[in-house]
Amino acid sequence: MSEATPVTQTAEIDLGGQRGQVLRQIARNPLGVVGGLLLLAVVLTAVLAPLLAPYSPEQVHFDTPFQRAFTVGFPLGTDDLGRDILSRIVYGTRVSLLVGALAVLLAVVVGTPLGLLAGYVGWVDVIVSRLTDLTLAFPFLIIAVGLAAINGPSVGNAAVALGIAQVPTMVRVVRAETLRHKELEFVLAARSLDAGGGRILGQHILPNALSAVIVQATVIMPVAVIGEALLSFLGLGIQPPTPSLGIMLSDAQQYIFRAPTAAVFPGLAIAVICLGFNLFGDALRDALDPTTRKR
Amino acid sequence: MATYLLNRLWQSLATLFLASVVVFVGVRALPGDPALALAGEEADPATLAAVRADLGLDQPLVAQYGAFVKNLLQGDLGTSIATGVPVTDLIATTLPVTLWLSLYAVTIAIVVGIGAGVAAAVHRGRWPEWFANGFTLVGLSVPSFWLGILAILYLAVGLRWFPASGYVAVSEEPLRGLYYLTLPAVVLGTALAAVVMRQTRSSMLDTLSADYVRTARAKGLRNRHVLTRFALRNSLIVVVTIIGLQLGGLVSGAVVTERIFGLPGFGKLTLDSVFTRDYPVIQAVVIITTFAYIVINLAIDLLYSLINPRIRVGGSTR
Repeated sequence: MSEATPVTQTAEIDLGGQRGQVLRQIARNPLGVVGGLLLLAVVLTAVLAPLLAPYSPEQVHFDTPFQRAFTVGFPLGTDDLGRDILSRIVYGTRVSLLVGALAVLLAVVVGTPLGLLAGYVGWVDVIVSRLTDLTLAFPFLIIAVGLAAINGPSVGNAAVALGIAQVPTMVRVVRAETLRHKELEFVLAARSLDAGGGRILGQHILPNALSAVIVQATVIMPVAVIGEALLSFLGLGIQPPTPSLGIMLSDAQQYIFRAPTAAVFPGLAIAVICLGFNLFGDALRDALDPTTRKR
Repeated sequence: MATYLLNRLWQSLATLFLASVVVFVGVRALPGDPALALAGEEADPATLAAVRADLGLDQPLVAQYGAFVKNLLQGDLGTSIATGVPVTDLIATTLPVTLWLSLYAVTIAIVVGIGAGVAAAVHRGRWPEWFANGFTLVGLSVPSFWLGILAILYLAVGLRWFPASGYVAVSEEPLRGLYYLTLPAVVLGTALAAVVMRQTRSSMLDTLSADYVRTARAKGLRNRHVLTRFALRNSLIVVVTIIGLQLGGLVSGAVVTERIFGLPGFGKLTLDSVFTRDYPVIQAVVIITTFAYIVINLAIDLLYSLINPRIRVGGSTR
């Protein structure tokens, strides 16, 4: 175990030590390790998709449609057009992570500054709280339906709808952190040294709120991945022939009697991605914030 | 208490007003001219102008908004372009399906969630707790629509325990209706059950270690009595909160569940209206969902303040 860091070390190295400690905490949690490994596998699959997939995800084999899983040449079988299901899942993972990451990015980029300001400036709080209430008044599917009606269904729409739906929770998390920190001594000290509001928020409160933002991001990610699959399943998200796990499930339901296994594996892939984020996120939260540690 | 209620009521009204403005502006941002859609592509300018005047589209925006709200309050939601049927009729036939489905799913989620949550808290470190933890993770990681497909594949097609699709009105044949809704309701309720269970478990653990429970035990009250009188009452508060928070998920879940099981509900109406670009229906569906959502949330908040005296203190809303 690491001993107390010598006083001579700079703040930056100290931060590195803190980061190492968080990683060590996660490594001591078996479920967190499983989650981390699942995530690593998922991310590698998405990045290395062209190397891992046996075929192009859009390559059709009209002579071999509806192959069952574990047939020679097609490990997970083929769909109605004879496309290789394994290859489509590998590429579908890319889409899932991409839309998930975009949604998280949107929630972080919009939610963090709004949350900081709402927690620090009284009149902004009134406006931002009204806006978050308003956004929460629309279920995410209704936002997606509205956007699809205006712009037509697309990847961008799915990401924006999922991101917008997650902004209010991000605002609330950051706002709560800001409220918690702004009365603490180090912030009061900075204020007494005549630091401006922007400087206090950016240099003093934001770094302390960051861990809450990261934890919230790991909560949003699986929600967004499932949301993307759901929207694509309904025809409101990714459009064919781009491989999306949700579209694969929607297709598979059409010919569920001819190729039942086609409906099993894409869903399993979604579950693995989300399980990875949920396990890792839980471990990360426990490591970053001891007060929420599971009993 | 009165201050809190008034405050909360006023907040909801403000949100309702803002939401109606958003929907009004959103519908006008939709591509395509509603007058053109009604009169047909070949209509001459005079007819178009007449239709436009008829729809009030030649009025200033504020006046249009006024008319929009007035129609809304009178229950006039317009006529579906795709089917020519008044939108209120469409909603009257589809909404009961979704309400039955949701009610059934919430009931399952509450019964299973509280039961398993209590079992997990009481039998700590033994199999009920492991089962509960596993169930929570699966419930949060597995998309409900995949669960639905698997249920059809194995329980409906494989074992033939349940019908794979179809709907029988519960109001006409209650038993057969509920039987047809069972698989969809289980699928819709699973994620909710997982969340209810997790929260019940942790609130039970809090309560069971609280001083007043120890006092009750010291007084010699039986275990069953302690559990039902003290611990369960507290977990009820949790469940009410959770259902409020999960309402949005329930709405989305109902849409997708109806799609999988071919139920002729409100969710199907929503999707169909988007795919056929049936603007009056889209507008009505969005407004009704949003309003219902706000009103239910308000009701839950009020219920919450009734059963949980702690949040009334100071009349603060946060």
